[in-house]
Amino acid sequence: MIQFDKVTKVFKDGTEALKDISLTIPAESLVVLIGPSGCGKTTLMKMINRLEVPTSGEVYVDGKAVSSVDAVELRKTIGYVIQRIGLFPHMSIERNASLVPNLKGWTKAKTTERVYELMQMVGLDPQEYLSKYPLELSGGQQQRIGVVRALAGNPAIVLMDEPFSALDPISREQLQMEMKNIQKKLKKTIVFVTHDMDEALKIADTIVIMRNGQIEQIGTPTELIESPINQFVQDFIGIERINRKRSVGKRELQDLIPSFKRSEQSSYLTVEANILVEEAINLLENEGIESLLVKKGIEELGFVNQSTLLRAMLTKEEVS
Amino acid sequence: MQTFLDTFLSRSDLIQEAFLQHIYLSFIALAIGIGIALPLGIFVARYRKFAEPIIGVTAVFQTIPSLALFGFLVPLIGIGTMTALIALIIYALLPILRNTYTGITTIDDSIIEAGRGMGMTTGQLLRQIEFPLALPFIMAGIRTATVLTVGIATLATFVGAGGLGDVIYRGLQSYNNALVLAGALPVAILAILFDLVLKWIEKKATPKGLKTGR
Repeated sequence: MIQFDKVTKVFKDGTEALKDISLTIPAESLVVLIGPSGCGKTTLMKMINRLEVPTSGEVYVDGKAVSSVDAVELRKTIGYVIQRIGLFPHMSIERNASLVPNLKGWTKAKTTERVYELMQMVGLDPQEYLSKYPLELSGGQQQRIGVVRALAGNPAIVLMDEPFSALDPISREQLQMEMKNIQKKLKKTIVFVTHDMDEALKIADTIVIMRNGQIEQIGTPTELIESPINQFVQDFIGIERINRKRSVGKRELQDLIPSFKRSEQSSYLTVEANILVEEAINLLENEGIESLLVKKGIEELGFVNQSTLLRAMLTKEEVS
Repeated sequence: MQTFLDTFLSRSDLIQEAFLQHIYLSFIALAIGIGIALPLGIFVARYRKFAEPIIGVTAVFQTIPSLALFGFLVPLIGIGTMTALIALIIYALLPILRNTYTGITTIDDSIIEAGRGMGMTTGQLLRQIEFPLALPFIMAGIRTATVLTVGIATLATFVGAGGLGDVIYRGLQSYNNALVLAGALPVAILAILFDLVLKWIEKKATPKGLKTGR
């Protein structure tokens, strides 16, 4: 758990980057800090691993004030992925990925095992890639290594500073999905900074919308869309997105066939294909089950779960 | 050509001694020059506000004509090897210092930030990241300094420190062009030789990942 307690930041030139921010980020959740550039989101995030120091106030990680911990030790326990990737060009992929384990003094065997596991998780064959150098890889592959490097030391918290914004749309999309899966699988607390609302809606458990060094609204993607607190938030989310959400909500489940999953799910209810998307979401929430098997007559169309439905409602992905 | 060979052979003792002195002077001056300029370069890269004045001072030294610098030093230190070495070291400083500084400061900020964010100490950052990445620049600076030093070391003869300048000077005084050449040619060869060796080291020292893709 990460807590910000009345944090302010005034830069040397007098600009107030953060104004009295208090925020709690629960463990094992993916929190997105979003806002226009200069809103203080990156500064706020960097206070967690002490790359920025608050002018006043305090940041706590698992109840401990970060200012009381040695900065170098603190950083070894927090993964960090940056926008411009920042792989070390003179080190092989293996050395890049093993950096934090090596700093922590892990054994060779443990490090190798960990790196292999993570490489496979991000879909890069360790045999093929570990001996390569960063400049031999594409941008998307490099950032995958960036994620591996951040996770290698097995940190409970990972900070990501616009990690995918420099990538092409296809790599970005893939990495967003992979990261969300990894987060669920490894149960990490992820603090993710972005200015891309689509990205935020797609991956976030909680979104924190910031402006001019202050928090405008905190909520789940659905909450923000359904009840934006003020005009700024509404504009930032985009009126078009809100309308789209409303219109998709009124559509029937069978309209979303392309996003159905075919594989068998663990717990499910069977529903008819002509119920509304809104109803389906409520059903999933109220019954506390993972997925719905959609049937049209006797034909089984496939499975949907809450995230498939929300994604269809919230993002630009075409639903036909 | 024949006279040159004759001169070269008949004066081979003198040339050989001067040649060794020349190597000695250049080598010591470079070693000390690197010993001063490299840490200084790292220092000014770390504390950038010192960069301008310190690099500025060495640049001013560089603008003093070499003959004049030897001349300045004589009344202060007297004549001899020490005077020659000091002058040579002063000349070697700027290229090494400036290249070390440039090499470190031009490293992409994101790489340094990533290293800090991973929990590297300042020392680890310097040894594992900054130094290897700046090495090609630093080596280029050392090569420049080497060629410069080998050339300027011919002036050491004017402060009585010997070197191949002795041979050239004698040739000039006796209007013996062959002897001038017998002194100048080894200087050129020496400079090229040093440069080739350093080029080889530079190649070896360049981290593998930097050679690919750039």
